[in-house]
Amino acid sequence: MLCDNCKKNDACIHITQINGNNKIDRYLCEECAAKYGDFIMQEQSENQSEFFSVNDFLSGIFHNSSQHDTKKTNANEPSAGEEEYTCPSCGMTYMDFTRSGKIGCSTCYSTFKTRLEPLLRRIHGSSKHTGKIPHRAGKTLNIQQELSLLRKQIETYVNNEEYEKAAQVRDCIRRLEKEIKPE
Amino acid sequence: MLNNIFTDNNIAWLDGKGTESDIVLSSRIRLARNFKDLPFPNRASSVQLADAKNRLLSVLDDISAFTKNNYMCLDMDKLTDLQKRVLVEKHFISRNFIKHVESRALIISADSNISIMANEDDHLRIQCMKSGLDLSEPLEIAFQADDCIEKTYDIAFDDNMGYLTACPTNLGTGLRASVLLHLPGLAATNQISKIVNISPQLGLAVRGLYGNNALGNLFQISNQLSLGFSEKELIENLSRAVQEIVSHEHEARRALMAYAEDKVCDQAWRALGILKYARSLSDRELLSLASNVRIGIDEKVITGINAEVFNRLIVAGHTNYLTNLQEKENMSQREIDKKRADITREIIADSSSDKEVISHE
Repeated sequence: MLCDNCKKNDACIHITQINGNNKIDRYLCEECAAKYGDFIMQEQSENQSEFFSVNDFLSGIFHNSSQHDTKKTNANEPSAGEEEYTCPSCGMTYMDFTRSGKIGCSTCYSTFKTRLEPLLRRIHGSSKHTGKIPHRAGKTLNIQQELSLLRKQIETYVNNEEYEKAAQVRDCIRRLEKEIKPE
Repeated sequence: MLNNIFTDNNIAWLDGKGTESDIVLSSRIRLARNFKDLPFPNRASSVQLADAKNRLLSVLDDISAFTKNNYMCLDMDKLTDLQKRVLVEKHFISRNFIKHVESRALIISADSNISIMANEDDHLRIQCMKSGLDLSEPLEIAFQADDCIEKTYDIAFDDNMGYLTACPTNLGTGLRASVLLHLPGLAATNQISKIVNISPQLGLAVRGLYGNNALGNLFQISNQLSLGFSEKELIENLSRAVQEIVSHEHEARRALMAYAEDKVCDQAWRALGILKYARSLSDRELLSLASNVRIGIDEKVITGINAEVFNRLIVAGHTNYLTNLQEKENMSQREIDKKRADITREIIADSSSDKEVISHE
């Protein structure tokens, strides 16, 4: 009989492991038996990563909330079927989503917006992005961030009674505000 | 240096230098980015995957110029499985990354401090590493690389949600900052659980580098939230927590030295003795002995050996690294353990400033 683990050497050791109601029998070779303690832990950690990866966890949440949501939307809008939730850009359906827990493309975020929102709130709280902004994709946002910074600056200048500097900042704010308005 | 990426046991960002280097081994920044008009890698066709990779390659000259570094491209479909596993062990790529090979590539700088994975979960995963505790410099470099890419291509971004990523947990900044710590003092005084328990409240996660049993007393701490805070706030929060942990570790070591100096001293020398003369070592044994030696060096119990010997042993102790070194697939456990002991003796002899003393001992 070959070793259950390496399947190369002859099994010469029989280990019975009883874990609650589970009984596991193993026939191992000398080398694998020496490492037995190691691979109980290995298996556990492997199983964990397989059963509890972030994506699986997320897909679990998706699934629950999706069932909940379907009932709701169906009540309001009986025609709402699965097809409504297919991303026009990458073709991902909501079902794919609940299975993999991974999002398909950047358009998916707006396609599944209403369904994603509760989940995103659960992960991140009701937060808004305040970090780095790409110059090309986020031009107006860049200006808005700059504006809020300048407004803070003007306050400190006024508090310190540095009115000349405050006036300069004010002009700057006006210029930037004009830049966003036409868009 | 990169020619030896599979066989070297020194890694630039693990060279034992930098701030708080007696406790902090390395700092790492990762940014997740996607191209706006391409499906994420899990939904992309072969053509689209190749497109994403080629876009990265097309701006490589720019990245080179900005980050003042030369880059090499490693195509995953041209590497052997063993080579890929060595890269995983050295933390250049993720375990997830080697599940597929098609259009998967690693762009890596000559000094190995900057690397970009093409088509992992996201189109681009920009990683910057540094020895010791310093997250701001790697962040700055990661931003430079990011700027070079977004100058030419539209990046998936939303005003409210920030950078869009394949996994919703990375949404926002796409930033994961992590720090690798050696905490033998806190482990010996049973205080690790305190840190593990308190970290979620700070938006941080602490885990053993090699799973939950924390082999070698190595721990990794990283930010959990990526949305709602700026990158700077996130790394400041992490750095502050790390500094706090470092000061607790110092305190724990002081307490250990005050109450159990004999024991620490004995364990350190005993461990060094085994590492120096053993003819067979398992990975677990090596990591725990190396940790004992390192605390001995840090506390000036052991002199005449460079502290970085610990870092090199961590790299060299890995099974795939050793197998690759031997250029022989399917080494038996016994052969690997023997090779591990051989390499360990070599590294220790190499790191000892007083070589004669060691050979006469």
